[in-house]
Amino acid sequence: MPRLLFGSRPIFAATVIAGSLALAACGAKAPKQLPPEPGTGSTTTTMPPAGPTAPVPGSQADFVASVASDTIHFDTDRFNIDTASMATLQSQAQWLGRYPAKRVTLEGHCDERGTRDYNIALGERRANSAKNYLVSLGVDAARITTVSYGKERPIALGSDEASWAQNRRAVTVTVQ
Amino acid sequence: MISPSFPTSRSLAGSLALAFALLAGPAIAQKASLPVSSAPTAAATDAAADTGGLTGSVSDESTWQDLGIAIPAFATDSEVPTAAEGGNTAALGRNLAGVITADLKNNGLFKPTGPDALPGIAYPEVAAPLFPTWRSRGSEMLVQGFVKGAADGRLTVGCYLYDVALGTELARQGYVVQPGEWRRAAHKCADMVYSRLSGESPFFDSRIAYIAETGPKNHRVKRLAIMDSDGANHRFITNGQATALTPRYSPDYKSIVYLSYLNGFPRIFVYDIGSGHQRLVTQSTNATFAPRWSPDGKTILYSMAVAGNTDIYRVSAQGGPSTRLTDSPGIDVGGSYSPDGSKIVFESDRSGSQQVYVMNADGSDQRRISFGGGRAATPEWSPRGDQIAFTSIAGNFRIAVMSPAGGSVRTLTDSWQDEAPTWSPNGRIIQFFRTAKGSGKGSLWQVDLTGSNERRLNTPVDASDPAWGPVLP
Repeated sequence: MPRLLFGSRPIFAATVIAGSLALAACGAKAPKQLPPEPGTGSTTTTMPPAGPTAPVPGSQADFVASVASDTIHFDTDRFNIDTASMATLQSQAQWLGRYPAKRVTLEGHCDERGTRDYNIALGERRANSAKNYLVSLGVDAARITTVSYGKERPIALGSDEASWAQNRRAVTVTVQ
Repeated sequence: MISPSFPTSRSLAGSLALAFALLAGPAIAQKASLPVSSAPTAAATDAAADTGGLTGSVSDESTWQDLGIAIPAFATDSEVPTAAEGGNTAALGRNLAGVITADLKNNGLFKPTGPDALPGIAYPEVAAPLFPTWRSRGSEMLVQGFVKGAADGRLTVGCYLYDVALGTELARQGYVVQPGEWRRAAHKCADMVYSRLSGESPFFDSRIAYIAETGPKNHRVKRLAIMDSDGANHRFITNGQATALTPRYSPDYKSIVYLSYLNGFPRIFVYDIGSGHQRLVTQSTNATFAPRWSPDGKTILYSMAVAGNTDIYRVSAQGGPSTRLTDSPGIDVGGSYSPDGSKIVFESDRSGSQQVYVMNADGSDQRRISFGGGRAATPEWSPRGDQIAFTSIAGNFRIAVMSPAGGSVRTLTDSWQDEAPTWSPNGRIIQFFRTAKGSGKGSLWQVDLTGSNERRLNTPVDASDPAWGPVLP
């Protein structure tokens, strides 16, 4: 980490963001080994001894392990990014800053209590809200693809408020 | 297109004016220059005039509700083998009467009695019913018919409707069909009876496109499928690898426009039923969905989301540039043409929640028409032009209708989630899908405009997104 912060002036701003978000992540989760910097072959070769539990840097598993969450949630029929979602997306932006070659797909989803076509449109709104926030944090819009699944892919299977709240979501998936 | 080998002397068939010959092509018979039986035509015209035009209410059907109709097995002059269901013309005659009975039973207007509960009739009786016998059985109406097998395999089916009390013939038609299309002859006969007795346009000889669903709720496999209006001749069109949604039959039945997640993103495709090929309607990097045909089949209406904002567009069915019809920052989605193609009813949340709007076909003069409680979604203009069906959302989802001006709202169903109404070709029955709370399983249902006759359509697996095609020519 110190190496990152003081190593390279041209990317100073980006690394400061990266550093602060990494600290936030450490506060929220059990300490774990930080993923190695991409392209540093020596670091990669030292990985195998501790390796089996550490995801491949830049992988989907690494993304999920590194960010606060891959999913943000929405209120009924809404698509605004609330405070909790902002923090989640900031952690995603930080990871994306670390792997500038990585692209992501933002999936927009809805609960089952909407008509089919409208939900496809609403899912588009949610995916684009998340995308726009990531772009506002400095992520190149060209790296983000959006897709709406409407109400076609629920993760919580009940027909109740708790399930619907889980299903109203936008999920960031890395393109591998 | 009367069969040249058609017997013209000393036979029942000879006395029939052939209203339809279902011989052209494997799937679609052409509306060729066929002579139409003058008697039924005149009768239908009179009946239509009697109704005094298109009024919204059909609540008073007491005069012909529960009309008892006897439908004995169709007779044959000689039992010959046929490739149609039953194996020979005698068995086929029973099957024909059975299909007609099921058609007439399932719309809730008649009380038909089928061949299984009735004595058979002799061939000469077809044109000379034993009225006293039927009177003694309490039948009010009588449908008799015959089936004859020709040497080339084709079938001639005759259909006669009698008023038992009056002892008179009301209508007759004849059909020449290939064995594989024998059910169409039965549907045409049922259509004749329905039209003559109700004064309404026919609708049994039509098909339905829908989405067949299998698998768990979080991993549903959704396939495009088609079937006859009574559920027969069911066929899966797509294999389920890509999620398919919201199909609509083209007015000529040659293709189906629908949404597919083929290649990972929602796009609308036109599937050609004859060739089995499909093509993208528009080349777009944006999501396109909610496709609908114009009444003449030349234009496709669709919705496209650009940077999260959904608007309604139209494009030639042959492709080419699209024309944007709405530009509100809200979700403008769906859409359905009026029968004359001059107007479009659609859904928008520009006022804060889903409501129904009408605009001219060029996008001008957009105005809201739904002002009831709750939300109003998925509007569909009746093919008669007098009603708009929609999904009424106030807690539960219900099927409702209103006038094109937004008045006379009537709710027709009451369940947890009824959604996406589409119309029968005659504008008298509404089809929709019902989702079960919890399991999420979908099923297809029909309801008439009184709301009192509701029935479930049998499908091989769970089902959603039903859409009716027009009456076959």
